[in-house]
Amino acid sequence: MKSVAIVDYGMGNLRSVAKAFMHVAPDQSIVITADAKVIAEADRVVLPGQAAMPESMVALNASGLRDVLLQASKDRPFFGVCLGLQMLFEVSEEGDTPSLGYLPGKSVRLPKPHRDHDGSPLKVPHMGWNAVHFPEAMRTHPCWQGVADGSAFYFAHSYYAVPADNVLIAGFARYPDPICVAAARANIFAVQFHPEKSADAGLQVLKNFSEWNGKPL
Amino acid sequence: MLCKRIIPCLDIKDGRVVKGVNFVGLRDAGDPVEVAKRYNDQGADELCFLDITASVEARGLLYDLIERVASQVFIPLTVGGGVKTAEDLRPLLNAGADKVSINTAGVNDPTIFDKASHFYGAQCVVAAIDAKRRVSAPPHPRALSQGEREVSEWEVFIHGGRTATGKDAVAWAREVADRGAGEILLTSMDRDGAKIGFDLELTRAIADAVSIPVIASGGVGNLQHLVDGVQKGGADAVLAASIFHYGEHTVAEAKAAMRDAGIRVRM
Repeated sequence: MKSVAIVDYGMGNLRSVAKAFMHVAPDQSIVITADAKVIAEADRVVLPGQAAMPESMVALNASGLRDVLLQASKDRPFFGVCLGLQMLFEVSEEGDTPSLGYLPGKSVRLPKPHRDHDGSPLKVPHMGWNAVHFPEAMRTHPCWQGVADGSAFYFAHSYYAVPADNVLIAGFARYPDPICVAAARANIFAVQFHPEKSADAGLQVLKNFSEWNGKPL
Repeated sequence: MLCKRIIPCLDIKDGRVVKGVNFVGLRDAGDPVEVAKRYNDQGADELCFLDITASVEARGLLYDLIERVASQVFIPLTVGGGVKTAEDLRPLLNAGADKVSINTAGVNDPTIFDKASHFYGAQCVVAAIDAKRRVSAPPHPRALSQGEREVSEWEVFIHGGRTATGKDAVAWAREVADRGAGEILLTSMDRDGAKIGFDLELTRAIADAVSIPVIASGGVGNLQHLVDGVQKGGADAVLAASIFHYGEHTVAEAKAAMRDAGIRVRM
């Protein structure tokens, strides 16, 4: 039986992510785990996140899981969700926190007050459903299979990732300017939105990941 | 760009969905999973569960309910009712709630917002504010408690609208936002159940005062009221109960009405 390890480093609620994977991949073993051995043996690894970056990195560093995560980020399908996407980059403005550094770039705050192009205020956190668009080169990514360009996903965040190279951007949303809301490289795929809370479109992304062999195209 | 949200609200008692008018003549309205699924299928953007269970013993039924809904309905779930301390959020979040709304407990101890936001993140902390138009003129500025910067037309009520607090609703909205709430669920006590539309002036006053999203609640009687809440009130989301529960309108019809009015919604 194939397995998906959802990494539990002691922050936030992972049950929603697990339940959604159980729903789309009933024939796979979905485990929430803090055990390095279980992660090392898993076929696919999910790095979730929803709380603040400083506390999350402290917890992750204390978990002793960095080595096994680094290995998994290189050799098998690896999925980051929400803060789990931001953690893949080098550093976050949130508490000037060094993060995992698997991908070049940083996370920055949505400006506050945030303004639309016509000057009207936009709310922070960026909370609710927003359309996600795919850069041309990413449209055929296996994790987007069956998901229409412009599909709405559920967001709840105040910081977002800015990859050092645009080639890493797998999806963007407008708020009002385009922000990176999905990043991909080789066997890594990560999203800023909550696929586990994004109804059918989100479930499709999770299903795609659960079947992905880790090859980009 | 971000869509405006439609949020059906379900009253929960002893683990079941109930409906009634002003808590009188409550009757069973079905299994929460079935009701949640129905709204999800109609395109609801989020669901709000308000636990009106009085007894502590029945709390376990609420956790079980959230757990069951969260296993089958994959949209955000907000749960309110009965939260007294920041620690009370954890079992709700663990059961599958995405956000927890805090009302009376926040007025009794405003630091609950700071604590909850710090521990669990602002995205899951909803400040529920029940506001009512002042009958008499606002108090003279000299009478304001420390930290209140202004007086508006509305006062904050707690205990399900039974207890006046003397707090100004606009000032309180600013305070909860500053303390780390990620969203405000704003209910007009004057309009709740009246089906004559949101208190748009109240909605606008709060929406303009804070930079976090505001959910308008209380008073929806038809689909135009939802449109007005967004376009005139400046709400980021609209919450309604009875127009959906009694089958007057589906969520899909509500979304179509908003879309036809030029509001961006998730179809």
